[in-house]
Amino acid sequence: MSDPIIVCRCEDVTLQEVREWISRGYTSLEDLRRILRLGMGPCQGRTCIPIVQRELARMTGKSIDEIGSPTGRPPAVGVELGAFTSD
Amino acid sequence: MVSGELSKGLPKTADVVIVGSGVQGASIAYNLAKMGVRDVLVLDAGDLLTGSTGRCAAGIRAQWGGELNCKLAKASLDIFETLSDELGMDIGLHQGGYLIVAYLDSEFQQLKRNVQLQNSLGINSVILSHDEVKERFPALDISNAVGFTYHHRDGHADPFLTTLAYIEGAKRLGVNFYFRTKVTGIEARGDRVEGVQTSKGYISTKVVVNAAGPWARDIAQMVGLSIPVEPEAHEIVVTEPVPRILDPMVISFSGNFYMQQRPNGSFIMGMGPEPYAHPKDQYSLTWKFPYIMAQKVTKLLPALREVRLLRHWAGYYAVTPDRHPILGESRYVKGFYMSVGFSGHGFMLAPITGKLIAEMIIGKKPSIDVSSLRPERFEEGKLVFEPMVV
Repeated sequence: MSDPIIVCRCEDVTLQEVREWISRGYTSLEDLRRILRLGMGPCQGRTCIPIVQRELARMTGKSIDEIGSPTGRPPAVGVELGAFTSD
Repeated sequence: MVSGELSKGLPKTADVVIVGSGVQGASIAYNLAKMGVRDVLVLDAGDLLTGSTGRCAAGIRAQWGGELNCKLAKASLDIFETLSDELGMDIGLHQGGYLIVAYLDSEFQQLKRNVQLQNSLGINSVILSHDEVKERFPALDISNAVGFTYHHRDGHADPFLTTLAYIEGAKRLGVNFYFRTKVTGIEARGDRVEGVQTSKGYISTKVVVNAAGPWARDIAQMVGLSIPVEPEAHEIVVTEPVPRILDPMVISFSGNFYMQQRPNGSFIMGMGPEPYAHPKDQYSLTWKFPYIMAQKVTKLLPALREVRLLRHWAGYYAVTPDRHPILGESRYVKGFYMSVGFSGHGFMLAPITGKLIAEMIIGKKPSIDVSSLRPERFEEGKLVFEPMVV
């Protein structure tokens, strides 16, 4: 596992970084999101969040349900600012 | 396997207990440890950065209209500029300046007076002409503006990274942080703090610091103090990252907006709550907000029309009647300190206020006199004036 494995393509976060911060005691999904900006890029967590949930479950022994999911933020998909000014 | 907490088992005693692990609590904890106070405990009811710090707009500025705010903000900028080196972690500093835009003559007169005051205090802000703004920031449409001021050392720091750097720096000096640990009561005997009751046990301590942001009033109530700190919800939106087209944070008081492009290329923007009737005490979102916001910013920066809005959230200002923080020990409850009520500007002031509160706690004269921000000023009717709040 020497090559970096990217888990978040929007913010270039690697699996190694995720594991390092979990090992340092930041064991909630909310902690990791704020340290690594997981889920805050253009895909809004569609790729990274399930991977990180599984990694947290593996390292802490908690279930995915206990780990939980982030608050969904509108809009569901990106909307051009110009679209809000058209009428 | 990793344990569920940063440190196991809550201690029975501590020299100082700080309530709130946002940027205030983290800065106070780090500064106390740096001054040699070893036994410091920080408690937070939530997860890392889920309160006001983690929801804020990341702006830092020294362009203020009141003398004390100018002094505090300049001292904070001085610290921000060396903080990455001091704490050994990136804090996302980007000093692209703040461009303040006046749309009214009276407003521009005030801005010009502010520049005089700022210059007298060592803040090298300047008045810019329309031509100068067009030349420096060609992406902006400034046709309706009356005048501008600018300060090149203002700009951006990352609230997540800055607070995390303070937390990690404090931990290296022996401070313990407990998240998901709710303070349920504070014990006092006579006029002195005795201890803190939490959801995970009792801690005996002589010093408690209220750094609970929008929940500060509830914490003060636990020692019988009534403080005028009101949560006031503000909304923010952020866009996808795009190549850099704007360097400064652009704000306007009469225009009621702020907007800046972050180091990663995304645009973050917001405004005061007047035009969209937001419930003051909820994180809920208003559908009108992105419409009003988009109309303001696409007029100011037409290139934003093609940039996609990605996220929309709300967070609380913790507002006092004079929009200044409450800093210091209560006259009525010894050992109960407050660093609260920053009214939307806590992140940018935290590097200096954390130092000042730590100095007070170890019995040293604070390096900037903030006695006018004492908790009792409201009952004394001695409010502090500041003309420059968005």
